Amino acid sequence: MLIAILTGFIFAILLFFGGKRLVINKLALLPTLIPLGLFIYFIRFIGDISNQNFIYKTYEWIPSLGVNLSFTLDGLSLLFTLLITGIGTLVFAYTSSYLKGHPYLDRFYAYLSVFMAAMLGLVLSDNLISIFVFWELTSISSFFLIGFNNDSEASRKSALTALGITGVGGLLLLAGGLVLGNISGSFSIAEMLGQKDLIQGHEHYILAACLIFGAAFTKSAQFPFHFWLPGAMKAPTPVSTYLHSATMVKAGIYLLFRLSPLMGDTQFWNTTLMIVGGITMLYAAFHSIFRTDMKGILAYTTISALGILVFLIGLGTQESYLAAGVFIIVHALYKATFFMMTGVVDHQAKTRNVTELAGLRKVMLPVAIAGILAAISNAGIPPSVGFVGKDLIYEGTFHFEHSAILLTILAVLTNVFISYAGYVAGIKPFVGKLPEKFEKVKFPSIFLWLPPVLLGSLGFIFGLFPVLIQDALVKPILWSIGQDAAEVHLKLWHGFTPILGLSALTIGAGILLYFLLKPSQKLEHSITRFEKISPKSIMEGVNTVFMMFSAFWTRTFQNGYLRNYVSTIILFLIMLMGFTLIGGTTYHIDYASFAKLTIYEIVILFVLVFAIGLIVFAKSRLAAVVATGIMGYSICLLFVFYSAPDLAMTQFAIDTLTVILFVLVLYRLPKYLKLSDFKVRIRDGVLSIAFGALITILALEVLAQPVNSEISDFYAKNSYLLAHGKNVVNVILVDFRGADTMVEISVLAISAIGVFGLLKLRLKSVERYQK
Amino acid sequence: MKTLILRTASNYLLPILLLFSIFILLRGHYLPGGGFVGGLIASIAFVLHAFANGLKDTKKLLKFHPGFLMPVGLAISFLSGALPVLVFDEPFMTGLWMHDAIPVLGKLGTALFFDIGVYIVVQGVTLTIIFTISESA
Repeated sequence: MLIAILTGFIFAILLFFGGKRLVINKLALLPTLIPLGLFIYFIRFIGDISNQNFIYKTYEWIPSLGVNLSFTLDGLSLLFTLLITGIGTLVFAYTSSYLKGHPYLDRFYAYLSVFMAAMLGLVLSDNLISIFVFWELTSISSFFLIGFNNDSEASRKSALTALGITGVGGLLLLAGGLVLGNISGSFSIAEMLGQKDLIQGHEHYILAACLIFGAAFTKSAQFPFHFWLPGAMKAPTPVSTYLHSATMVKAGIYLLFRLSPLMGDTQFWNTTLMIVGGITMLYAAFHSIFRTDMKGILAYTTISALGILVFLIGLGTQESYLAAGVFIIVHALYKATFFMMTGVVDHQAKTRNVTELAGLRKVMLPVAIAGILAAISNAGIPPSVGFVGKDLIYEGTFHFEHSAILLTILAVLTNVFISYAGYVAGIKPFVGKLPEKFEKVKFPSIFLWLPPVLLGSLGFIFGLFPVLIQDALVKPILWSIGQDAAEVHLKLWHGFTPILGLSALTIGAGILLYFLLKPSQKLEHSITRFEKISPKSIMEGVNTVFMMFSAFWTRTFQNGYLRNYVSTIILFLIMLMGFTLIGGTTYHIDYASFAKLTIYEIVILFVLVFAIGLIVFAKSRLAAVVATGIMGYSICLLFVFYSAPDLAMTQFAIDTLTVILFVLVLYRLPKYLKLSDFKVRIRDGVLSIAFGALITILALEVLAQPVNSEISDFYAKNSYLLAHGKNVVNVILVDFRGADTMVEISVLAISAIGVFGLLKLRLKSVERYQK
Repeated sequence: MKTLILRTASNYLLPILLLFSIFILLRGHYLPGGGFVGGLIASIAFVLHAFANGLKDTKKLLKFHPGFLMPVGLAISFLSGALPVLVFDEPFMTGLWMHDAIPVLGKLGTALFFDIGVYIVVQGVTLTIIFTISESA
């Protein structure tokens, strides 16, 4: 199973080497084999799964942290893997024609297969930490896909917004996972399930639930985080089909589904989901009727559908879980059809504006069929699977224990709006008189129209024979979240029940609305007026303020003057150390332990003071540099006196090189400039003296501490015995702590490369400028 | 600073200083010294040569950019650390030693090769930085 997940990643890496050939040799259809193969691989598991055999595989990853790559294939994961690979196959094939001859087609396939692999990993993982890793990978690949047209500013901005929102959600997921892991002592969801009571009774249960909600609501575009999804429609249509309707946005739904047996069945869990889902589904459905861009309409209906799913999970009854499970299938089928159909229209007619489009059935009949099939399934008109799905939703709300009437009205209203939006997007562009400007629209290639027609018809096949999905997919979903599924019988005709009445009402109201309300710019304008108070604008405002603050902060502290950096660092050190020293440290300065001053030390001290004086009052740069050299050599001598010959040698060599470096640079600079005025000098002087005093106190304090010589004794004893060396310092460097040295010389090399790069690059630009 | 005396002297000083730096490198395991100081001394030798004869001459003498020394040294250090893992299945950076001492060099071990790597990296880093800065200043 690990191989199945990794295939996408491996393929993406291979594309890196041979990808261009795919484009040149017209082999763009070839990548389709990857999702197709995976689809066949996963569909073979249907037999096992429908007999309640779950497949569990685990590979150790970071066992010391309890992070394992453990994969579970149960009903819920199977449904998602089939959606991912099945719709993936169609999307891959569709892309080969949609982006035909695009210079970066190979990149597109690479992003798409990384996404597919990450999504498979996400729905198959049992470990919360690996779920988090795959979750973030889907966000990142989605970022690249949304921003695929990276020469458009709007597209880049949408990609960033989406990454920001879903990325923050990912971090919340990590935090939530850590909280849950801390409570239960394991990151495995299967193991956590055994400790359900412990988790639900824990004081941090609410916190964990809020974090998980944060993750799911951002990913699945719930109010008020929904606005990244309409923005994400800037992506090429295959992406919108795949990520932003069928798979990625359902990751949040998947997470809630997966965790509901563990964290669900509490007042907090259910109420929050119902409220957020309820608001989202109505808000987005209402919004969708004002849009004129086909993709915009579809984006809002998708948000609304996601809201319905969250709402259904929130209801938390067996009926509502069943409805949610079926609705995931229904929605994936008709929404992917919608998006692919929109893509064809956009690709051939070069517009997605529903107020302009009409009569396209005359130039692209198969696409029109796909659109109409999708619109019917979307509206829940029999015999489509949408009808089955909608019935189940109404059953879920109608039989709920309290405020059933209110919830049902909410669901009906949402569905009326959604079905209207579906008619506008799926039927309106194809009916009526064909405008003159569309008469020359070419017939699309087979890979463009066949996938949506296939998906659309699948919606009808499942509708006519719901048994097909009942045993293979729907029952296992309920089992995988610990619900009873013995009594599940999906069927089209239930007899004359109140539910049938509600369905008829929805369909009728939708059609009525379609004839009453014509989409127009004016209508759209009436809703965009409220954009100022939408969550999107608030978010953007917060962003702007944050950017201004960062700019201010950067200008203040990262001002590019080395002297300011140094004084800032020193000032903070003084403040921190001074705070600690003043607050409650007692001083024991043991004068008796000091050695007597020798004449050498006194002389060196005088030389040092003299050199410092020279530096401070020097009139030329060169003199100041020479004086720092004197200081360095004096310190060298101190090392010699205190028997540290290794240090002294190194310091000597370093000081020599430093002076040479300075001279090399200063040689070309103008004569001494007045770098700082009197006030600044006083400030720097005070700062330096304070710092010096602090270091002195610190050194005296350290001397007063009892010395722990265990480590140095170990080195002294063992340097010859273990490391065959008599120079302890060198043995420590090359043997005992050789790995440190290894890293240090790597850092040295990196800094040299940095110096080289900075100066050489600058030279080049100067040279270019002179030309 | 191209005086005749310095130029003549530097021609003789360069090999002597380089020899001295190798001496410092090799004695490091028993007496003060080691790869780091040795590398610095070797760089000083080249810098002195550059001072006396100009950077161009020194570069001509070196024949290749000192930056190339960095990966070479890093590779030697890393390989001397990785050798125990690859050949003897022992942890990274385990010191391996030959039983008998060789005249002049003393006992041979992986630590010495590690130090040689340090020596070469330090030279590469110092010379790269100094040459780059003096070229662009």
